Amino acid sequence: MSRLKENYENSRYRRFMRWMNGEVDLLDGVTDVRIPEETEPAPAGHGAAGPVSSADKRRAALEARRKESEEIFGPEIWPQAASGEPIFDRRLTVFRGVYSVMSVILCAVIIWVFLWTTVHLPPFGGADNPANNEVPRRYIESGLAETGAVNFVTGMILDYRAFDTFGESCVLFIASCCVLVLLRIDPVDEHSRARVRKQQENDRVFEPKNDVILQKAAFILVPLILIFGIYIVLNGHLSPGGGFSGGAVLGSGLILYLNAFGFQKTERFFTEKVYRRVTLCALTFYCLAKSYSFFTGANHLESGIPLGTPGAILSSGLILPLNICVGLVVMCTMYAFYTLFRKGGM
Amino acid sequence: MSFVQNFPFFSIIIAMFSGIISSVLPGKKARALSVAAITVTTLMSAAVLGFCMGTGESYTYMMGHFPAPWGNEIRAGVLEGLTALLFGIVMFLSVLGGMRDVAEDIEPSKQNLFYIMIDLMLSSLLALIYTNDLFTAYVFVEINTIAGCGLIMVRQTGRSLTAAIRYMVMSSLGSGLFLIGLSLLYDVTGQLLMSPARTAVEKIVAEGSYRIPVLVIVAVVSVGLAIKSGLFPFHSWIPDTYGYATPTASAVLSGLVSKGYIFLLIKFFYRVMAPLNVIHSHIVNVLFIFGVAGMMIGSLRAIMQTDTRKMIAYSSVAQIGYIYMGIGLGTQAGMIAAIFHIFAHAATKALLFISSVGLYKASGGKTDFLALRGAGYRNRLAGIGFLVGAMSMVGFPMLSGFISKLLFATSALQSPHKMLITLIALAVSTVLNAVYFLRLMIGLYRPARSGTYVEPKDAKARAEAGREAANPWALRISIVCFVALNLILGLFSQPIVREITEGLAMFE
Repeated sequence: MSRLKENYENSRYRRFMRWMNGEVDLLDGVTDVRIPEETEPAPAGHGAAGPVSSADKRRAALEARRKESEEIFGPEIWPQAASGEPIFDRRLTVFRGVYSVMSVILCAVIIWVFLWTTVHLPPFGGADNPANNEVPRRYIESGLAETGAVNFVTGMILDYRAFDTFGESCVLFIASCCVLVLLRIDPVDEHSRARVRKQQENDRVFEPKNDVILQKAAFILVPLILIFGIYIVLNGHLSPGGGFSGGAVLGSGLILYLNAFGFQKTERFFTEKVYRRVTLCALTFYCLAKSYSFFTGANHLESGIPLGTPGAILSSGLILPLNICVGLVVMCTMYAFYTLFRKGGM
Repeated sequence: MSFVQNFPFFSIIIAMFSGIISSVLPGKKARALSVAAITVTTLMSAAVLGFCMGTGESYTYMMGHFPAPWGNEIRAGVLEGLTALLFGIVMFLSVLGGMRDVAEDIEPSKQNLFYIMIDLMLSSLLALIYTNDLFTAYVFVEINTIAGCGLIMVRQTGRSLTAAIRYMVMSSLGSGLFLIGLSLLYDVTGQLLMSPARTAVEKIVAEGSYRIPVLVIVAVVSVGLAIKSGLFPFHSWIPDTYGYATPTASAVLSGLVSKGYIFLLIKFFYRVMAPLNVIHSHIVNVLFIFGVAGMMIGSLRAIMQTDTRKMIAYSSVAQIGYIYMGIGLGTQAGMIAAIFHIFAHAATKALLFISSVGLYKASGGKTDFLALRGAGYRNRLAGIGFLVGAMSMVGFPMLSGFISKLLFATSALQSPHKMLITLIALAVSTVLNAVYFLRLMIGLYRPARSGTYVEPKDAKARAEAGREAANPWALRISIVCFVALNLILGLFSQPIVREITEGLAMFE
């Protein structure tokens, strides 16, 4: 007759079977950083008197912040433990301490490595540096004749290396898509619609309505900023500037206008529909125009786009329209970021 | 110039353009456009592969009217064509298999944004494969990173948001190191195009000047790309990222995105630094050690999981370790094995993520071991798919995982110093793989009453659950094709290995 084993629950076989059945988590709470919802609040009165009082202080501060945010955004924003108490985990504080020490050491090591490397690099600005080779020489010597752009930099980024620049505008595009995913609030039911309304009302708290100084300043500055931005974009192939910098100036002008006069004014000409259409048209034009130019270039066909007289505003082939496209994309992206962060929509 | 030679350029532009167009389309149309774009680009990659195999040599393609190094340039050869083809197929099947979950997980008004991410992800992967210019590579690494973050967080649960933040931090660190490496390389060589950069590097090494910058360049680029592909000890973002994203995103991120960076690293080693210089810098030994460590730690962590999605995610850590171990061997054979494992793992891990979706659906949406008890009976096709994927990971003959393990073992024999470690690591890791995958496989085919999944009592609710568990046609096609892809990689590995060898020779 078989003998009944004592302490059967802790036998090796039994433990193996428990693992096999997926009943135990061997590393429960060790392997992953949990989001606060699942951590237990630290037991009160644990440890010496010092930590407890500081813990209480923190808890009180946390509680105050939670209340404040609840008043503005509603209860679901702030993470809360199941018991309703705000979260405070002591292990996290220890982790933070170790973490900051380690990161300082790591940073010091990395800084030392890179400084040490820099010592061995060619001297800055030396005439015999490896970077002064045939590549920049051709950009400088024949850039004007080949691209028609007086500004070599623009000729380089929008003609010689237009593929990279197309990639960069797609970076902006996809970044704004990510922000749309995160921040755009699409009211689907009555509850969220009510929340959106409430937040829009709250937005007034932050919006300096009828701030005379700001409005007067914006009244003078915004047209100047916008005109200057348009100038930078249009003159990108003639003088320093171009789509990226001009678009940033235009975007900041729009943001200033929005801050001074509020959403009701800007929504008359800039809604999400406009944003989408402008971005779509600009990127589509860029894509098609450059595809044509890549295709003809690679197949050794004539592109048939006249370069015009260098120095004239209508010159240098595709660079001017491409600059406009990049400028529009940058402007829309900047403005969209601002409005999305501000109220979750345009 | 043959018309087929335009196809690498066409496929990158088509993928980007469909992403741009999708921004104004509703979700369903964006999905159709995305599927169409992936299909077209995959066919084009197949044509490019056929063309390069026919001519037996690679070619460069001028992007514009100016020859490189002044203008941009892309390059296609056998290995590029093969990788693009395989990535395209895996992408297509992952999107197909995860369609229903995308529709359920993501707000309807934001679904088109998900497909924008997929399109741009595809274009950036293709560009990373075809690029011949390091700065172009960096631009598309950026797109890839942002699209990856988008794919993770588009589900918008608390967990997936924290996962996206972790991914973003680690991935940006990797991009930053890669960019620093490129700047240093430009400073000492004056070139960003791969072939002239290589000539310049060889000259520098022969002269013995700039020895320290060259060492730092190799180290920084390798570490940057290793962080981005999730090599141990930089793997901490992997479990959350793959575990809490929507299944298509998990499949694409683990199957393709991390592999795209590894492919870029291989290209950097071969086309820019020259393999011999990389071996002399001893960075391969570092990659080897961390690869082996990753194989062990990843598998051990996978054993300890109770959530199956996290288990599959930790298994990815181990498989990335395999690939870096192959690169770290520092031989031609090791590199071939690593590239074959890139393909095998892309096909297998995507299959696991996609087929596990069917199992979760049949278990009331739960993902832990107990709830999955008997799920193999409740959803037979998904069960078989998971079985094939798990067997392939363990290294069952006839499947792709077996071939890559065989290749690793045979290539280890050629490097005497690392032979013993490699063979022991392979053996131990195979056993560990078997431990966690067999545990799940046995669980899938045990009676459901021993688990926590309770079948609804009344007939109406049961019919409802059955409808929920039924596989949509897209998922069925996806699982069947993935299984077939695994069998093809496992049974007809010889021609593929031959093409990889030929393609690597073209890199020189």
